[in-house]
Amino acid sequence: MCEHAGVAQVNARPRLERSRSDRVIGGVAAGVAQHLGIEPIVVRIAFVALTLAAGFGVVSYLLLWVLAPQEVDAGSAPSRPRVLGMPSTRQAMGGGLVLIGVVLLLVVSGFWFSDSLAWPVSLAAIGFAILWARSGEEGRGRWSLEGVMTGQTSLPRVAIGSLLIVAAMAVVLANNYSLAAAGPMLLAAAVAIGGLGLLVGPWAWNVGRELIEERSQRVRTEARAEMAAHLHDSVLQTLALIQRAPESREMASLARTQERELRAWLYGRAPSVAGARLRDAIDAMAGRVERDQHVKVEAVVVGDAELDEHVAALVAAVGEATLNAARHSGETEVSVYVEVEADAISAFIRDHGTGFDPAAVASDRRGIADSIIGRLEAHGGMAAVHSTPGDGTEVVLRLPVTSPRKTA
Amino acid sequence: MSTAQRVRVFVVDDHELFRSGVRSGLGTSCEIVGDAGSVDEAVAGILAATPDVVLLDVHMPAGGGRAVIEGVRAGGAGGASVQFLALSVSDAAEDVIGIIRAGARGYVTKSISADELAAAVGRIHDGDVVFSPRLAGFVLDAFAGEAPAPIDPELDLLTARERETLRYIARGYTYKEVAAELHLSVKTVETHVSAVLRKLQLSNRYELTRWASERQLI
Repeated sequence: MCEHAGVAQVNARPRLERSRSDRVIGGVAAGVAQHLGIEPIVVRIAFVALTLAAGFGVVSYLLLWVLAPQEVDAGSAPSRPRVLGMPSTRQAMGGGLVLIGVVLLLVVSGFWFSDSLAWPVSLAAIGFAILWARSGEEGRGRWSLEGVMTGQTSLPRVAIGSLLIVAAMAVVLANNYSLAAAGPMLLAAAVAIGGLGLLVGPWAWNVGRELIEERSQRVRTEARAEMAAHLHDSVLQTLALIQRAPESREMASLARTQERELRAWLYGRAPSVAGARLRDAIDAMAGRVERDQHVKVEAVVVGDAELDEHVAALVAAVGEATLNAARHSGETEVSVYVEVEADAISAFIRDHGTGFDPAAVASDRRGIADSIIGRLEAHGGMAAVHSTPGDGTEVVLRLPVTSPRKTA
Repeated sequence: MSTAQRVRVFVVDDHELFRSGVRSGLGTSCEIVGDAGSVDEAVAGILAATPDVVLLDVHMPAGGGRAVIEGVRAGGAGGASVQFLALSVSDAAEDVIGIIRAGARGYVTKSISADELAAAVGRIHDGDVVFSPRLAGFVLDAFAGEAPAPIDPELDLLTARERETLRYIARGYTYKEVAAELHLSVKTVETHVSAVLRKLQLSNRYELTRWASERQLI
């Protein structure tokens, strides 16, 4: 949630780091240039010049490459897993020139190995390049397991690349062994490769599938979290503001209901496998009473339990008592507290309203009390109503837990 | 809030609308000495104005309310006496427990009425703690059952009295009503609640953090 934009620019002189964005080989020259505050090209020329002096430039370059840390990616994605990225055209050209130089050097100095090795190596290199190189038609520009498995990477390219590599292997074999011996050799190789494929193939395929599955799951989760953060900062704030406005009880209640629903959807716990839970049932009950009676129901649940018929009866009784408080107390807020203990579930429904004298209750309220008390007693529980005129009412419900249904 | 001098309040919230809402709601009972819409602005403003109480939004860009508390606490002597009351649209456990552990002395939701908010500010100013029923429920949940291995029993367990007090608060009782029920003075009830807040802030009880991070309760 907290962005640290613009953290850099603090140090007067940047640390010596290999550059990520501007690099020909390892980003050393650009890094040195940035550190010293001069143009990268100057450093590059210096390295070349030093190379002429008994190869000192190459040695120092390699040393710096090893010693200097890579520049931290200040960009968006933090620590993205390293995918095999492709070198830029500049880097490719640089690499090619270095290669040609090395080959020429070897030829001139007489260290050149026979052409019989040079050709297959070149073939294999081209095959490898085709297999891994960036292709225009792909948006992602990267060859990955995912690309092959989901068919994003073109099959012909994979085939041609593989074919070239296999051909290179064949040339090596043919050059070094008599053709007569090549047949059994190839057969043995084919059998070995085929067997290996059968052994490892399905497993590798599954691993790949799981990786893709996991990745897309992560993407979905991230998108959801982002949306939740956004809605949290906008819509929920507005709904809270509307509730603060004292003018209209209906508006406030509407906003509260909307807020509750949005919250439930945003932060929705996965529906439990075993079915409904006590906590969800109490929350749903509180939401219903809030919506219908235009009061605020502050529901607090400690612990949780599965919703069997006994617990469901308790929830119904809690709902009845809450509704009762909302209708008769004259208050705009009702507190509901449910606690799951080792041997029982207790529930308390409290309001700070007008209250009444339990000894002299009117007949209509008698009925409601009966429906709460009677319902609880039918399931082995008990209920009590404490009320004093002018001092609010509290209904206390208690349901013993016989089976081990308590969960943390 | 019978204090002769009005409580000096600073409001931190990145929503302009909410700031002006609080301003007009609290204006009669408190003196609003400043407000801020971002973490940096808030830290600088609070250190300059040294208010009694800061109303602090939990969710803000660049670190949220936590960063403000840390910034003010690190800002020297001027910020040491400032008390924080956290405000949020969310009742999510990780938000509540996170901001309390950062040092806030209380927590209320933004849908609170102006009168209730003024009362909460007064209580924070008097050195007390503001525990909503929901927060009491969170603590009871977090400290439920036997601790697997209490490293520091002083911090990792609630006393029977503290548990009882919290249960009454979770049931919607005011401090006064709790005191009457338990035959205690209001001051004693406040002491219990302060002790619980301290445990919530300092306990390393394994379940506390795990619980807060796993639970996405609203």
